[in-house]
Amino acid sequence: MTTFILRRTAGFLATVMAISIVVFFVMNVLPGDPAAVILGLDASEEAIAALRTELGLDRPVWQRYFAWVGALLTGDLGESYFFRIPVSELIAERIPLTLALAAIGMFGTVIVGVALGIMAAARHGRAGDWAIMLFSQAGIAVPAFWLSILLVLLFAVWLRWLPPGGFPGFDEPLQALRSLILPATALALVQAAVLARVTRSSALDVMKLDFIRTAQSKGLSQWGILRYHVLPNALIPVVTIIGLQVAAVVTGTIVIENVFYLPGLGRLIFQSIANRDLFVVQALVVFFAFIVVAANFIVDIAYVVIDPRLRDRLE
Amino acid sequence: MRGVAVNLSIGGALVAALVIVGLVSLFWTPHDPAVLAMSDRFHPPSAQYALGTDQLGRDLASLLMAASANTLAVAFLAVGFGGLAGTTMGLVASANGGFTETTIMRIADFGFAFPALLFAVMLATAFGPSLFNAVLAIAFINVPIFARVARGAANQVWAREFVMAARAMGLGGWSITWRHILPNIAPILIVQATIEFAIAILAEAALSYLGLGAQPPMPSWGRMLSEAQTLMFLAPQLAIYPGLCIFLAVLGFGLLGDGLRDVTDPRLSRKRT
Repeated sequence: MTTFILRRTAGFLATVMAISIVVFFVMNVLPGDPAAVILGLDASEEAIAALRTELGLDRPVWQRYFAWVGALLTGDLGESYFFRIPVSELIAERIPLTLALAAIGMFGTVIVGVALGIMAAARHGRAGDWAIMLFSQAGIAVPAFWLSILLVLLFAVWLRWLPPGGFPGFDEPLQALRSLILPATALALVQAAVLARVTRSSALDVMKLDFIRTAQSKGLSQWGILRYHVLPNALIPVVTIIGLQVAAVVTGTIVIENVFYLPGLGRLIFQSIANRDLFVVQALVVFFAFIVVAANFIVDIAYVVIDPRLRDRLE
Repeated sequence: MRGVAVNLSIGGALVAALVIVGLVSLFWTPHDPAVLAMSDRFHPPSAQYALGTDQLGRDLASLLMAASANTLAVAFLAVGFGGLAGTTMGLVASANGGFTETTIMRIADFGFAFPALLFAVMLATAFGPSLFNAVLAIAFINVPIFARVARGAANQVWAREFVMAARAMGLGGWSITWRHILPNIAPILIVQATIEFAIAILAEAALSYLGLGAQPPMPSWGRMLSEAQTLMFLAPQLAIYPGLCIFLAVLGFGLLGDGLRDVTDPRLSRKRT
């Protein structure tokens, strides 16, 4: 198992390095001159030249790459050209909101997805199963941002129960939570639809096995069988999907924050695109890509840790 | 088998309707979707305007029709180019094996680290937002998917007797790939492409909604939604129809893909019931 973890860690680090190279190449090398990108079309030659010197763009590309990566490793993400403060400060200000949104969304995804999946499997072939599968099919096809708009129409415009967008800050915890309900619901419903499908088919596979029949014949209740025999075994493939969904939910916050005008990292990305704040976008793209890769990495490791059968096979 | 027929017929009908509407919109729409009629702003549905008009007095039904053609074109280009590049990578990996295969599949694995959104964000910052960049970003995420599917399926075909026979006859790797491998994995690729079409439509809508895709005045469901969002208290109906179109299009291609897979791979459909 140690060899597996070491090999997987090496792969993870290599991927992270490759991400940094691709992001740097696409954003710093492909457009030709980052200074011209930042200053826009109507900038004078002198201004561009001055910014080139200020940003150290006269150095060779590989030197700039290593300087950037070296700084990244020490937590220095560069400076925002638009706000004139370190990117790390910008991120620190906005990350609590994004994390809170992702955490609530993920919590809702797992609860709703696993519950619906198990319920559908328990009612296999009956009306409840069909209803849940219909919900799942619809949830997979519905765009999260349109679902958000529909939720706003229903709960903010017509019923006026919840705010249509914006965020009051964490100083007012109750109001803050209220403004996160709709965004988190939009995030969670779409992902729960996917998770319900996977949980259902995984549970159905487990329910076909002999030990379930044994449990039935020794008189265990259906609830007992589901709770103690089906669920733990069905969860193994589900964990993989949940890991991938962490990545989907975190990148999903980028879209959702823009629908609900929530001042998190996703909103910062789009403000920075509008401000042509190259280095902020660059840092955030690396950050989000890192989350995606890290989630996959953790899933791979968790897979081996939770399933003893796999552990034996690796040894 | 009942589920199979339902998937295939509903999906097929939705996709057929979408393609027909898209094609018709190239020659005819009830009104010119680009014509502004400020006196007819927010017109309710009527004999003249089937679904009413938007904030600039444009006919909503005509806009939706024109947008369907754009969506299909984007999905076709993105899945086409991404699929072509990915399939080529997968076939080359499978035909050569060894170091080539490992290298190509590592590159493909790496592609999964970038969701289309992040790629589009990078391109939009470096080159400015445009539909072309959105197509590029969606094509990019299709490359590793098709590389993986093509290589997995091709490896299975390579192990079959008739391929061995072709080898014994002295056929080279390229001829075998072209004459035997590709025709045999084509059904799998077509199923995958149908499912990726659904994902591409969803991605185009999201990118256009966020301003990274179709730029004004090009009609686009995603962009119509972002414009409608600011008018939600005034004209909520404008936020319903474009989303419904996206939903039905994605659902259609998704169901069609599922249905086709059940038909082409009987093992899976048996497992399903």
